[in-house]
Amino acid sequence: MAVLRPAGEFDTSYASDMATIRQRWQWWLLLAFVVALYALPFYASQSVVALVNRIGITIIAVQGLNLLTGYTGQISLGQASFMTAGGYISALLVNNLGWPFFAAMPAAALGAGIVGLLFGLPSLRVKGFYLTMATLAAQFIIPWFTRNAFPKVLNGAQGINVQVPVLFGIEFNTPQRYIYLTLTVLILTTIVAHNISRSRLGRAFVAVRDHDLAAELLGINLFKYKLQAFFLAAVYAGIAGSLAAHQIRHINSETFNLIDSVMFMGMLVIGGLGSNLGPIFGAIVVEMLIEGATLFGPLFISLFPSTAAGAVQALRPLFFGAALMLFLIFEPRGLAHRWQLFKAAWRLRPFSY
Amino acid sequence: MNWQLLPQFAMTGLLAGGPLALTALGLVLIFKSSYIFNFAQGQLLLLGALITWWFAVELNLPLWLAIVFALVISALMGLLIERLALRPMTGQPLLSIILMTLGLSQVLQGLALLVFGGTQRNFPQIFSAANPYKITMPFVYNDNNIVIILKQNLVWSFVVAVLGVVIISLFFRFTRTGLAMRGTSEDHELAQSIGIRIHRIFGFSWALAGVVATLGGVLLATSSGLDLSLSVVVLAAFPVVLLGGLESIPGTIVGGLIIGLSQGLVSVSKVPIVRNMSEIMPYVVLLIVLIFRPEGLFGQKRIERI
Repeated sequence: MAVLRPAGEFDTSYASDMATIRQRWQWWLLLAFVVALYALPFYASQSVVALVNRIGITIIAVQGLNLLTGYTGQISLGQASFMTAGGYISALLVNNLGWPFFAAMPAAALGAGIVGLLFGLPSLRVKGFYLTMATLAAQFIIPWFTRNAFPKVLNGAQGINVQVPVLFGIEFNTPQRYIYLTLTVLILTTIVAHNISRSRLGRAFVAVRDHDLAAELLGINLFKYKLQAFFLAAVYAGIAGSLAAHQIRHINSETFNLIDSVMFMGMLVIGGLGSNLGPIFGAIVVEMLIEGATLFGPLFISLFPSTAAGAVQALRPLFFGAALMLFLIFEPRGLAHRWQLFKAAWRLRPFSY
Repeated sequence: MNWQLLPQFAMTGLLAGGPLALTALGLVLIFKSSYIFNFAQGQLLLLGALITWWFAVELNLPLWLAIVFALVISALMGLLIERLALRPMTGQPLLSIILMTLGLSQVLQGLALLVFGGTQRNFPQIFSAANPYKITMPFVYNDNNIVIILKQNLVWSFVVAVLGVVIISLFFRFTRTGLAMRGTSEDHELAQSIGIRIHRIFGFSWALAGVVATLGGVLLATSSGLDLSLSVVVLAAFPVVLLGGLESIPGTIVGGLIIGLSQGLVSVSKVPIVRNMSEIMPYVVLLIVLIFRPEGLFGQKRIERI
């Protein structure tokens, strides 16, 4: 995609050449958007706030997956299992060791990252769907571990209750309060992900994705960068898992499951692989779609009264799967690519090219 | 270790490897001809079993007729899937194809739930549950001869599964279509240049995979009941495929037996945590295979060039 800028907009310094946001009005727009998000609890209903909260946490997980799959090209079906790891670590640190949430979350991120490194190790020898299988193994082994290991601490399949995070005496116990936590973390992770993608690390990731052998010949240490990608993806998953666990206030081995991992991959494709807008678009669209399926359910049952009450549950995978397949056939580069096309068309208006 | 249970569990584990091998066979069939790893195989299995159930119980047809109908329908379903979902993906990167089959699996799972509902069903018994086979082992433990008790359906499922794999192997070796499929798996362009219609081959292999999936689904449903969780079985079949080698049909049998046996063996242990490992044993084996012999036991080693 050629860089299309409005006429008369020139870079006069290296700083402005590197800038992500170039114009003053763009800064104002961004600020207005962020303020609107933070003010959400004042004008939106609780269910909307809860939905935004969930979308925010999902975006963080998908951003991690984007670094691993979108930029480095390593397909992973284990993202939800790293969320499980992060959620458990954070919950145990807060419950059993009495850590404050704000120390436990980074620790959980780090812990999940180390687990991710462990399951990224096969990436030295295998790639393609052999590697997918290795990440699938993580999706089975980590939940199994939480069910069976240390039953006194992890409480088996029952799972453990998680405490509400407290900061300066404020309890984040309702969606309206929790959203501040989610949004703040989300903004930080977005900035970090964006800057990783345009630094030396991100360029190395892209080289590995485009052709790993060629990248190795150029002097990129494949193993190192693949492991770093796994580590980063799991760190993001750990953050998301910790946030989600403290919001739901309970975690067990099934809180984040294989279907979630598949969903994250689907969101990434629908949003756009290898683009920083991709996870955001994808998570929003898919979560809305699932929400839509829930709303659509009663209507569906009234149309076809013979279907069982499980119809609503059936609509979710159906909608998601159909959307994923349609995107793969008709727009494999995702919504982020559409957005680029739209922006280019807007700037070239009234000409078509 | 509970030594007196060892022969029993080893035998049961081995036999359980049969249906696993049949499930894995469906995956290998598609992979061999078109390099697609089908994550939706479990849902094909589930739908095959559900359709059989519908014909046999709802329409009161004799079971053999129901199975024949289900086999025809699942073959058509395989053709349809290949035409609508996978053909547009020709030449797309691996990631897109993997995600396509994952999306397909979600759609099929949703369809199964929508049409058939999520209730547990009684699948007609094919093999009688009474009168299990008893084998007296020739060795003695605590002054008693060890007796292995094997359910009839377990034994016959195993026999059917092995027969299926053998028939498919012979098909690949001696028939024109089978040879064309092997040729296609070697090189798509080359196969096309000597007059093989590769799209027809792809369609045929999907149809065949649908048939194999239905057989596997019926065998599993008749021994363990039928509900939507049947599709999860295929998750234990992925490691079987990788262990046996992605291109190898006999590999599915060997892989299935090894995975089944490993699950049986850990179940013998007296330590609860080791005993509980039987559910993740396929994946533990998988990780070991990936690290030490990524191409599997009988797979082809690939050399890459730039």
